[in-house]
Amino acid sequence: MLDFLILFLPQFVFRFINPFNILVMEGIIFDIKHYALHDGPGVRQTVFLKGCPLSCWWCHNPESRGSEPFSFRKEEKIDGHVVAEQETVGRKINVQDLMKEIEKDTLLFEESGGGVTFSGGEPLLQFDFMLEALKRCKSHEIHTCVDTTAYVSKEKLQHIAEFTDLFMIDLKQMDDRLHKKYTGVTNVLILENIRRLDAEGKKIWIRYPLIPDMNDQEENLLKMLAFLQRLKQKPVVSILPYHKIGSHKYKRFGLEYKMNGTYEPEPEQIERVKNLFEQAGFIACVGG
Amino acid sequence: MNKRIEKLRKQSQEAVPRISAERALLITEFYQSSLSRRVSVPVRRALAFKHILENKSLCINEGELIVGERGPAPKAVPTYPEITLHSIHDLEVLDSRPKVWFRVDEETKQIYRDKIIPFWEGQSNRDKIFASMNKEWKAAYEAGVFTEFQEQRAPGHTVLGNKMFRKGFLDLKAEIAVAVDRLDFFNDSKAYAKREELKAMDIAADAIIAFAKRYAAALKKRAGEETNPGRKAELLKMVAICERVPAHAPQTFHEALQHYWFIHLGVITEVNPWDSFNPGRLDQHLFPFYKKEIDEGSLTQETAKELLEAFWVKFNNHPAPPKIGVTAKESSTYTDFALINLGGVKADGSDAVNSLSYLILDVIEEMRILQPGSMIQVSKKNPDRFIKRAARIIRTGFGQPSVFNSDAIVQELLRQGKSLEDARNGGASGCVETGAFGTESYILTGYFNLPKVFEITLNNGTDPVTGKKIGLKTGNPAEFTTFENMMAAFQKQLQYFIDLKIKGNNLIDRIIAENIPVPFLSLVIDDCIANGKDYNDGGARYNTSYIQGVGLGTLTDVLTSVKYNVFDQKKYTLNELLEAALRDFEGDEVLRNDLLNHTPKYGNDDDYADEQAVLIFNLFYESVNGRPTTKGGYFRINMLPTTSHVYFGSVVGASLDGRKAGKPLSEGISPFQGADRKGPSAVIRSAAKIDHLKTGGTLLNQKFNPSLLDDEKGLDALVALIRTYFRMDGHHIQFNVVTADTLRDAQKHPENHKDLIVRVAGYSDYFNDLGEELQNEIIRRTEHSGF
Repeated sequence: MLDFLILFLPQFVFRFINPFNILVMEGIIFDIKHYALHDGPGVRQTVFLKGCPLSCWWCHNPESRGSEPFSFRKEEKIDGHVVAEQETVGRKINVQDLMKEIEKDTLLFEESGGGVTFSGGEPLLQFDFMLEALKRCKSHEIHTCVDTTAYVSKEKLQHIAEFTDLFMIDLKQMDDRLHKKYTGVTNVLILENIRRLDAEGKKIWIRYPLIPDMNDQEENLLKMLAFLQRLKQKPVVSILPYHKIGSHKYKRFGLEYKMNGTYEPEPEQIERVKNLFEQAGFIACVGG
Repeated sequence: MNKRIEKLRKQSQEAVPRISAERALLITEFYQSSLSRRVSVPVRRALAFKHILENKSLCINEGELIVGERGPAPKAVPTYPEITLHSIHDLEVLDSRPKVWFRVDEETKQIYRDKIIPFWEGQSNRDKIFASMNKEWKAAYEAGVFTEFQEQRAPGHTVLGNKMFRKGFLDLKAEIAVAVDRLDFFNDSKAYAKREELKAMDIAADAIIAFAKRYAAALKKRAGEETNPGRKAELLKMVAICERVPAHAPQTFHEALQHYWFIHLGVITEVNPWDSFNPGRLDQHLFPFYKKEIDEGSLTQETAKELLEAFWVKFNNHPAPPKIGVTAKESSTYTDFALINLGGVKADGSDAVNSLSYLILDVIEEMRILQPGSMIQVSKKNPDRFIKRAARIIRTGFGQPSVFNSDAIVQELLRQGKSLEDARNGGASGCVETGAFGTESYILTGYFNLPKVFEITLNNGTDPVTGKKIGLKTGNPAEFTTFENMMAAFQKQLQYFIDLKIKGNNLIDRIIAENIPVPFLSLVIDDCIANGKDYNDGGARYNTSYIQGVGLGTLTDVLTSVKYNVFDQKKYTLNELLEAALRDFEGDEVLRNDLLNHTPKYGNDDDYADEQAVLIFNLFYESVNGRPTTKGGYFRINMLPTTSHVYFGSVVGASLDGRKAGKPLSEGISPFQGADRKGPSAVIRSAAKIDHLKTGGTLLNQKFNPSLLDDEKGLDALVALIRTYFRMDGHHIQFNVVTADTLRDAQKHPENHKDLIVRVAGYSDYFNDLGEELQNEIIRRTEHSGF
């Protein structure tokens, strides 16, 4: 018994009582994508953190929503037979292990001018973990990008801004009533945070998910333009046309998909929106 | 592409591959002559070469700018009965097999029946080789442990250096005269052999000069009959060119191309060498001619491009000689592996990319043709623009050009003892083989089936597919108590089969050196003249023999599976896995799912799996590298499969990584099809864990969804991916830019995809020309797509 205590007690204390929080800082992620081309400059490694305060109808990562890992039944077809098994979405990872994974791509980051992108979910829901990971990245000279909803406190944003080279923030809907309807939260804080980061000179890429009937109205586009034009810097605007790629996930995870009537926007419409932004003097691109 | 080239290209693509008995008749006629019996072997070979070139039919295609065909017409393929004698049955198989067929008419069969077979039966080099191999070698060969490259085709594999773009054959004759003068009949016991070899080279030089003169005469006659004044002038210009080269060094761009083409024809007429022949660093060799004439105003970019395109057609007119049996399985393609090198570094180490490199890339893009193959050499000194230009061609999805690491190639050659200049003048040929161009004989001797050796190890020396004992008794697998135990047994088994292979190679080398010297090839590769020694007998400055390892990804996954499931996790016993494999996993879906989906796999940058790749690689390397050949050179390894991974897979039962019996192995150093799930950056990191610099070439294939390359960002990312792999000393990477859906549709409706060209392994091929198993294998390769 004594042996047992000597061997295992320190680990036990370390893991669960966790007096040195920083050393074993753990987060919950649900995916890491290497060779991501659309999540910032160069080739990125995108780390997806679990948990999100929003519940956008069109979300293509619905597995990000809850903050805890969950299991679902997965079926593998082997030789014509179905093998059913439980698969878990989301896993704990400590900062050291995450850094090991990120640093695997160091040479590719250097060659491509890329870096790491933290996405989600909303990465800042796991604030301490994010802060620590960002600090370590910066101390390793890795370009950092945070893909955030900006639906977080200004203090948190300010705090991580020191270690963030680029923010990517969605402008989903300017009308707060519709914003609440389609995302579940108000846009007031989001817009304020964008203004504040901009005023402080932080680099921001704006992403506009173009969702037919939900945020592609003329009025919304004009309001977006007006908002963006009042910013100090001219952010890059990425238009992300709605696509159904994520829809199968809703079924797989047993979630309700509210987008069944929505069509994917036509290329002409995408081009029109792109021109609108370009004529207003923004660098606009589709995807990425 | 202008009208002329369009027509020539179409003619080439539509020409029907067929067997021509012309060469077989001529060589038989010569070997039956009394002259043949009066002379030494090298001289006999040279005189036979001369006899063929003096009597073979000439071919001038309508509108051609570069002339000369190996057979009587495009894709009319000669045979080489002194090397491989085809039986009537073989000819019937060639004619009727569904893929890579050659039409054989009745007349050809009759000639074979009456004249060729009666004379050569039992006398071909192939017969001599098989008669000399012992029963252990034969048992291993028949079980598919290794293949034998020289059983149907002569060695060759080499590439022309810069010398022959600065010299004519009259210059070589002068060198021969000097070498003969220097022979020391008092102190050199080899003086007679050297004299005979030099005499043979001299005859071969005369033969190629006379052959060009025959073309000059034929062109002159054609010019006399020509009514179109434009074409007439062209023909007269070609007459002057064929009167000048290859006797003299070329002076113009057009002459340089025709000069090379005569040399090419000489090499592939003399014997049926592997990888045909190859001008190598084409942008380097041609640049002085190009620049001079562009500066003078005697050549335009447009004319240069037209000439290059006419030159491209000539390669495409020449399918690989007909292959049968195991050789047809390991290299099941019409492609004959001439691989044009572009870029890289110059002899002084500086950036070699020039304006002609870009022009040739335009040619490759426009021609979109199987042969010749093309590649770019990428050095850290080359600009990104060069790679990006090539990437724009790669994304059009016909697998060309492939991409090589010049800086790694130079280090590989230096490690093998080449001088720095010779290394920098080198490159890659065939699929991915490293060579010092113009100075090295580097031959592939056969593929080696690494997973098969492990399968035999797990069966204590017996081949479970046939039940025959063909290996060593290295212990009952039940007694492998640790992973290390098991690997020790594997190492013994590996060494045993490598020894068999090397012993066989050393015998075969002598059989070839004594029976099939190649005085013509020896003329153009240094230092055969100075040494008075044949290319096939160690005459070249450097001599290397390769054994090509196959199935690295599969064996890595198999060993990892045993380590993980049996020794570490103890989820299954080795016996349980072996029994399931014996049943081909019938009724073992859960177990097979564990093996396929819950066991670490090579190709995901997971050290747990990749460590086994390094282990296998090192064992293979240690067992082969540095052992002496009979030609004064050394054995080395490289890692490429052509199509042998399909053949080798067909002789390996179900494996412990979950692969079903008879299915293809992994190819090159690529992960097993579908096992790499973390994207291309993880693949290159896994692949870079083995030490590429210890090889003479490795082959990494990646399948990309076209969407990944449809914008500038995707192209830039590809450039970065290539640079990253090469910073880690990766040797070569190539891309299939096509969706699995397209390939599946092509399998169902071949008629709609006649022009679909895909990358196989070190070469491109028409998808329709691939066997079904190989088609499936390519479909199953992981398709990396955008995120």
